[in-house]
Amino acid sequence: MAKLFTKDTQAIFWNNNRSAIQRMLDYDYTIKRETPSVAAIVAPTSGNKFDKFFFGADEVMIPLYKTTAEAKKAHPTAEALLNFASFRTAYDVTMEALEIGGFKSIMITAEGIPERLARGMNQKAREDGVIVIGPATVGAISPGAFKIANIGGTIDNIINSKLHRAGSCGLVTRSGGLFNELGNIIAINADGIAEGVAIGGDRFVGSVFIDNLLRMEQNPDVKYMVLLGEVGGTEEYKVIEAIKSGKLTKPMVAWCIGTIAKYYDSGVQFGHAGASANSDMETAEAKNKAMADAGIHVPKSFNDLPAKIKEVYESLNIAPIAEPEMNTLPKTRRSKQFICTISDDRGEEATYAGFPISSVALPSTGKGIGDVIALLWFKKQYPKWATEFIETVIKTVADHGPAVSGAHNAKVTARAGKSVVESLVTGLLTIGPRFGGAIDGAAQYFKYANDNNLDPKAFLKYMKGQGIPIPGIGHRIKSLKNPDLRVTGLMDFAKENFPSTPLLDYARTVEALTTSKKENLILNVDGTIGILMVDMWRALGYGEDEIDEFIESGTLNAFFIVGRSIGFIGHVLDEKRLAMPMYRHPMDDILYDVQEADEI
Amino acid sequence: MAQKAIREYDAKSILAKHWDKYFPNFSYAYETVMVRDGSDLLEAAKTNSWLNEKKLVAKPDMLFGKRGKNDLVLFKDSKPGDVSLAKAASWINDKSSQKQTVYFEFDGDTPTGEPSIDMLTHFLVEPFMPHTQEEEYYISATCVGDNDMLYMSAEGGMEVEEGWDEKVTEVSFAITDTEEEIAQKIKANTPADVADQDKEAFAQFAIGFFKAYRDLNFAYLEINPFVMQGRTIELLDMVAKLDDTAGFMMVEEWGDVPYPTPFGMDAKSPEEEAVEVADSKTGASLKLTLLKPEARIWTMVAGGGASVVYADTIADFAGIDDLANYGEYSGGPTTGETRFYAETLLDLMTREKDAQGREKILIIGGAIANFTDVAKTFTGIIQAFEEYADKMKEVGVKIYVRRGGPNYEKGLKDIKEAADRLGLWIDVHGPDTHLTEVVRMALEEA
Repeated sequence: MAKLFTKDTQAIFWNNNRSAIQRMLDYDYTIKRETPSVAAIVAPTSGNKFDKFFFGADEVMIPLYKTTAEAKKAHPTAEALLNFASFRTAYDVTMEALEIGGFKSIMITAEGIPERLARGMNQKAREDGVIVIGPATVGAISPGAFKIANIGGTIDNIINSKLHRAGSCGLVTRSGGLFNELGNIIAINADGIAEGVAIGGDRFVGSVFIDNLLRMEQNPDVKYMVLLGEVGGTEEYKVIEAIKSGKLTKPMVAWCIGTIAKYYDSGVQFGHAGASANSDMETAEAKNKAMADAGIHVPKSFNDLPAKIKEVYESLNIAPIAEPEMNTLPKTRRSKQFICTISDDRGEEATYAGFPISSVALPSTGKGIGDVIALLWFKKQYPKWATEFIETVIKTVADHGPAVSGAHNAKVTARAGKSVVESLVTGLLTIGPRFGGAIDGAAQYFKYANDNNLDPKAFLKYMKGQGIPIPGIGHRIKSLKNPDLRVTGLMDFAKENFPSTPLLDYARTVEALTTSKKENLILNVDGTIGILMVDMWRALGYGEDEIDEFIESGTLNAFFIVGRSIGFIGHVLDEKRLAMPMYRHPMDDILYDVQEADEI
Repeated sequence: MAQKAIREYDAKSILAKHWDKYFPNFSYAYETVMVRDGSDLLEAAKTNSWLNEKKLVAKPDMLFGKRGKNDLVLFKDSKPGDVSLAKAASWINDKSSQKQTVYFEFDGDTPTGEPSIDMLTHFLVEPFMPHTQEEEYYISATCVGDNDMLYMSAEGGMEVEEGWDEKVTEVSFAITDTEEEIAQKIKANTPADVADQDKEAFAQFAIGFFKAYRDLNFAYLEINPFVMQGRTIELLDMVAKLDDTAGFMMVEEWGDVPYPTPFGMDAKSPEEEAVEVADSKTGASLKLTLLKPEARIWTMVAGGGASVVYADTIADFAGIDDLANYGEYSGGPTTGETRFYAETLLDLMTREKDAQGREKILIIGGAIANFTDVAKTFTGIIQAFEEYADKMKEVGVKIYVRRGGPNYEKGLKDIKEAADRLGLWIDVHGPDTHLTEVVRMALEEA
């Protein structure tokens, strides 16, 4: 891998650090990336499913996940993990990500991870061929392609420091603050950075100078390198060795800060945890001298570093870099109050989930109401058998006579002289746990029993424990011998058209048990619909979590609402047509039992 | 700093606490007390009967070695092994009553280098352990480069330090080595000079020692010497450092272990301690070391790297005689935290005028911040200016500012306006001025 990141690199960001993520997206927009560089966010304690961020003047939604595993599963091509966990959990997050696999680089920002844990984590990553940037770092950047979190600072600074497009320098530093300073210096005195990494300030960091420099040696964009080291440690000597053995051939400018440390005893800790000389060899002086002896361009002091960079850059006669076009971030932008992900009326023709209405509405398209429901409710194109099933359900539940409570309510309201919509909603408001709710309940409880491998006996025992009759079981008059033809129809359709019906098969074994106790304890139409919906979604490839979510959000009831609205409207229109008068319930049909109220 | 030295007493206490886990086949009496003076010791004798019953050894426990060569180990009154409780108490009283001179380097028995002169405040008292030279061993472990190193020798005491290359067996362990691999390596590398009948016991002890070093997050652990008599162990002298970043995982294992200031080093000032406390309570970073409080150049620099560059540059241009402090604030401290930090510095620098009547210099420096909001942190500094403006004018302070990063234009404008309003001398620069250029300006103009 010659380049750390490309314009296609996407990251999973561990911890919803909004400002850092927004900085990344602002950068993406500025450099005209097509996709946001953050594919997903892991937010273990958030109950939300996504968070909104600006992408230029617009907003994009970035999905949130509770765990790295879920995020990686949903975004397998996101190859960078930006681990913004605290020093207490950063180790666990890194180790889990290595276990999951599929990450090329992991950046760790926490400072002060226990040394033994940091060493173990770095070693495991090394064995797995994963580049660790940090711990205790602000990150890395491939200008014009991808930048980690806050590195480079504000967009203004990024543009001033020419970090919006690749230059010629490969930059490695320990310090994050000085990385930014160097970026500026290199922009002023040369043509900017091709790739830059702040390796981190802790004593044990994952990728060290030499790891990053060897990669940059292979990167054709990098024409020369700048290394800013620190007192303490021996990493600079590995670089010297690589130059001596010919593994690093590109010109290099380097300086080690911390020359002051020689004046004080070891009790004074200058700068980072890693910056403490344990021997003469680790002093800044010794390293600066050794680097100069190895042919590295070493200035007299940090103050002279800019001039030295300029000198080396100019000696290379690098062709000027064409300045690419950039997007300009809007000065003010407002967060949107509403989000819509199902339809769009802004274009030539309004669309349902991306499909122009005419492309699904006209008979010639061959699409039915089931297709429209699939698009608007589930944002998916369902296969024929599934849309036909949906339509069958709607047709099946459209009406069940005037006596059921919802229809009755609608009729009473219509007779009070109210409009169609008023009468309709009165009927609809009746729909709930006792009326129509058995579809939801059947799906929920049968799925629970099936998921938990309860045999029919155990399921019955469980429901008894819950103190509720099994939803979807039982009919007023129908029985096995006198079957409900709507139920048989649905079941036959499913048997013929569904790839498989595991939950229905299970429900049938439950029905066998309940009907052995009482004739009419059959799987009723509500139960059959709820159960077959689950089977439909399973066959369509939805995960169990997604199906549970459908059930929880009331999607099943929604089929009943749509279907039964047809019937309610029929009853309302019927009342209007018949011009029936105001309804008053006969008094002799009411048991009056009113006691005088006690004084308390 | 991640690695912190602890007292010998605490090192022994930690090992004793976990002894049965790591050394189940060995016994260690853990007869040791730490006292401040003689009366402390007599008090301790009331609950530790062995102090009355046994002959004793006493020595200071203040993070320095070569106590024998500094003549600071009491093990004989008229002959070795005859020190009574009363003698130990009077010796401790004698040694703790006046400043002692301690050398850290010796050439043979001749001290070299500069000594430290300070009071002895902590002593360790243990039973005198009669034993032969053959029963003394050396063992230590630390991390070198990426690996852990275990050093073992059949000889303990001063001999080992003076004949390191010939007498010490080194074994290197990768961080990923399993317990089996560790045990195998130690068994295969038990020093040849250990008597054959003791080899197995030695290896067993070394395995437990290395495991304790790893599990308990020691950064350095040395016993020199330990005495092994059959299955009885005595730890005659120990040196230990802990990786204090592991503290949050080791609350139970370490107990409430203190990190004392080494002998001869100035104890931390209340201001340094206050900054340390503030640092431990924030996700940002606040650091302060007083180098020479009477000096006239003070730095208030943002960033662990930039602060070092400023210190380097001051030393390059002016030497270190004029440098009063080292410190840094970074990682996005709040306005309040920055104000506290700035007030601490301003308070220190305005206590005395410069001895030579010159103006003092305050360098408010920093690189181009990645995410720290410059205007927000400068608001904290401005609030501190408001509090200390009169004192600053009385002492005479010139302020040089150089900073970039988020909101830096506002921050620079605010601080310039505030200083002008308060009548303070100020020179303000942004990222166009090279990081350390203000140091040159300050020193040339001064």
